[in-house]
Amino acid sequence: MPKRQKVLVLYLKFPSLEAEVISWATFDGTGQKLHMTGDSDEPPYPTGLDALLDGWRLFQSSQAIPEHPGEEFRTSYLKHEFFFEKIEEGDF
Amino acid sequence: MVQLLSTEQMAEFANSGCLFFDGLIDNQTNKEFLNDIGYTDIENVDNMQKYFQNIKASSSIPRIPAGTSLKNAYPHKSPLQKIFKNEVVAGAINSLVGSEAVVDHQFLHLTFPTKYFKKTNQRQMSQVNHQDSTIDPRITFDIQLFYFPTDVTKEMGGTRYHPGTHLRIVNEMGIAKYQNIKGQKNIVCKAGTIGIFHNGLWHGAGVNFSDEIRYMFKVRLQPTEKQELLWDPEKKYKPLPNKALYWTDENQEKTVNDILMQSYPWQEADTNRLDKINTIKFWRMLTGHKNLDIDYWLTRIENELY
Repeated sequence: MPKRQKVLVLYLKFPSLEAEVISWATFDGTGQKLHMTGDSDEPPYPTGLDALLDGWRLFQSSQAIPEHPGEEFRTSYLKHEFFFEKIEEGDF
Repeated sequence: MVQLLSTEQMAEFANSGCLFFDGLIDNQTNKEFLNDIGYTDIENVDNMQKYFQNIKASSSIPRIPAGTSLKNAYPHKSPLQKIFKNEVVAGAINSLVGSEAVVDHQFLHLTFPTKYFKKTNQRQMSQVNHQDSTIDPRITFDIQLFYFPTDVTKEMGGTRYHPGTHLRIVNEMGIAKYQNIKGQKNIVCKAGTIGIFHNGLWHGAGVNFSDEIRYMFKVRLQPTEKQELLWDPEKKYKPLPNKALYWTDENQEKTVNDILMQSYPWQEADTNRLDKINTIKFWRMLTGHKNLDIDYWLTRIENELY
């Protein structure tokens, strides 16, 4: 059976999987659902840990990078990023 | 006589990066604006590109070179001049970017319903989140005025925006990977509504699932003077004194400082504190009070004895 990857990206309130989800993105390689910007106001899981409990496999997380000297108070992108995947088999 | 913003409205703008004036422009002016751009009933609009090209070719909206004074930008008695002379609009512009602001650019955004995408076999997608223009680490800020000449319903996919993101320094579509952000808002409004965004506010257009075309006219304005106390020429504003921290038994009346220190559900636990610090720095700039503080955030880290 062919396999396809589904990717879930969660941005958390602090850098631990128990933290609350504050931003999220989903990309469905099975083609069953087309996700896009602004398509849901509620996160798919309350925390990163809840995604693990539902079978998502963590494959990347953001590193802790010390603030650059002189730029300690500059704010920019969301910091605590976690990439998950599910591999699905099917007749795609 | 223009109606300058109140200190509370300025604090709301400093904290959230946006202000809205619902249904401010009268129906007659909205109609005149639509006539000016060559508004056509949707039954007679066959093709997205053609409709847009016709508007560009025949619309009476003037071509404005970047850097033109707003005062001279729009023809006498034109609907756009009426909008910019509205006492509330003029007051908000004067309060934020001064009375000598210049036009950076203008653009008419049209968002088409699903049938046009089906007809041309195109995927109908929302616009990704972005910050306009490019990386902008200035203290000076521009404003973007959004004018909605028709009603915008929820189905029409009004502009999505993220309150409180305006002071984050990012690179345009570098934020496109955030499909959804907790606390995101979509503009749903009556015809004639004016929104004013800080140039740094994260935003994007939604998908139009209605049967009508959505119209939005945007003008970016740049100041030519320092943006200090422009809303308060008599310099009446005085910072509030320090209060006891983590003391919950205080007066519960909402103050300007409470407006400035409002948090948003998308903010990280750690960076939220930096967002507050940056809002206080922004408020120092706007008020001219260089040592002003709220909740001791800056005094604490500025107490450097070595």
